[in-house]
Amino acid sequence: MKILVAVKRVIDYNVQVRVKEDGTGVVTDNVKMSTNPPDDNAVEEAVKIKESGKATEVIAITIGEEKAQETVRKALAVGADRGIHVKADGILEPLAVSKILQKVVEKEKPDLVFMGKQAIDDDCNQTGQMLAALLNWPQATFASKIEVKDKSLDVTREVDEGLETISVNVPAIVTCDLRLNEPRYASLPNIMKAKKKPLEQLSATDLGIDTKPRIEQIKVEEPPKRKAGIKVGSVAELVQKLKNEAKVI
Amino acid sequence: MSVLLIAEHNNKELKPFTLNAITAASQIDQDLHVLVIGHNSDGAAKAASAVPLVKKVIQIENPIYENYLAENFTPVIIKHAENYSHIVCSANTFGKNLMPRIAALMDCSQVSDIIKVISPDTFLRPIYAGNAFATVKSNDKKKCVTIRPTSFDAAPSDGGSAEIVKGDGADEFTLTKFVKKEEVKSDRPELGTARIVISGGRGMQSGDNFKLITAIADKLNAAIGASRAAVDAGYITNDHQVGQTGKVVVPDLYIAVGISGAIQHLAGMKESKVIVAINKDGEAPIFSVADYGLEADLFEALPQFLEELNKLNTIQK
Repeated sequence: MKILVAVKRVIDYNVQVRVKEDGTGVVTDNVKMSTNPPDDNAVEEAVKIKESGKATEVIAITIGEEKAQETVRKALAVGADRGIHVKADGILEPLAVSKILQKVVEKEKPDLVFMGKQAIDDDCNQTGQMLAALLNWPQATFASKIEVKDKSLDVTREVDEGLETISVNVPAIVTCDLRLNEPRYASLPNIMKAKKKPLEQLSATDLGIDTKPRIEQIKVEEPPKRKAGIKVGSVAELVQKLKNEAKVI
Repeated sequence: MSVLLIAEHNNKELKPFTLNAITAASQIDQDLHVLVIGHNSDGAAKAASAVPLVKKVIQIENPIYENYLAENFTPVIIKHAENYSHIVCSANTFGKNLMPRIAALMDCSQVSDIIKVISPDTFLRPIYAGNAFATVKSNDKKKCVTIRPTSFDAAPSDGGSAEIVKGDGADEFTLTKFVKKEEVKSDRPELGTARIVISGGRGMQSGDNFKLITAIADKLNAAIGASRAAVDAGYITNDHQVGQTGKVVVPDLYIAVGISGAIQHLAGMKESKVIVAINKDGEAPIFSVADYGLEADLFEALPQFLEELNKLNTIQK
């Protein structure tokens, strides 16, 4: 089985994001960037499946500007076999990304495509489902457990009411939840080795995909600030304030 | 222009967030139709028809729709989407799973998780875990939009009598099969709609210690939430998680206990009307969003809290 894993470069999850003064976006200059956290879970799961002998190859793919390659290198350092970077500039909407992935899937013919359930920058939560639609494949979203069977997967999904299990025939798309596994860290020797692993370069234009955004971003602004609260000295004071001042209990 | 809303329901009745989505959908256009796809779903269809904002209900019946699978719902929705300018549903795990599958097949760039309708093509949505708000305009002919339910009031649910028409289903998608759902049953208010939420974090130290929270939740008729750290540690099940990738809650009162306040958790609760933080670390970021902060050991504070509540003559329910 061959697994394609899609990874995205985003502002690191620990960074306090700041809005640009001109309202055109958020500040990304000199800001720490990392792999989108649930994409790390997707890579980890693919590598684990390969280690268990149920997959033969793990390919990491990213789409974006030159530096997006870093996320593929990181995936290679934790066990992916080879990488693909599809160069595309500017804002990339999930629809365009899924069309690019569709082209690559048609060429590479993987049995499974894994990715994080949501990117923590645009918070769209769309790409996996869109790719599944374009390929007419099953989709197992928000996966917190994956059991690989012969020609199918049993996937436990995190849903609002609790947990749901579905069975999807291969080929399939799986979008991964943070609780799926504990991503490993890359060791220094493996980071060095990853530099020698093949990384194919493509571009959205080569693949014939127009990535021009369909959605106009009119402005980006700071959310309304909460006004600073107070510290109370005791539990009794807290309960009195909730009862008599905030009037919520 | 008309709006088609995909109802989330359990065949007998509408799920509460469908009513919030109806409010938002009616702000896009008043000609609002609701699609009820299910099996033995007359109850849900009647409930939708009773909502005064709804102008028409289209009911699709087939045993294959008993359990909701995006792969089965999508072709039905596409079949019925022709005369609508907008396809909408709530941005919970139901709608998040479903809508992009529809949007891609209609070649539409979806607008996810809107918190405000500015005009029929322009919406406000949070990005970066709510650290920025983006105003976006969709230029697609047909628009696919998901709605953050907690940002809109629930629509009144009775008094209406919209016509219910039967519609056609589509072929079954046989490559995906529903296996089981482990639903956590509880007599408490639902986390997403509760007036009061009390949440525990890593500071709770064990699942057993959540009984301190449960006792207060019982007293206040509150829902119980948790930070991702508490869920990851196995203290409590995932359906309680509040945050960027969990549930977004906007209760009148949110009590955060032993929660440091990571950006990802704040994303799920910082719009609450009144926020209380109980934490022994006075520097914890949760205090920066709290209206009332109590710097204390939760293992002392929670029993005292219950004691103080017991002293009150009346408690709002």
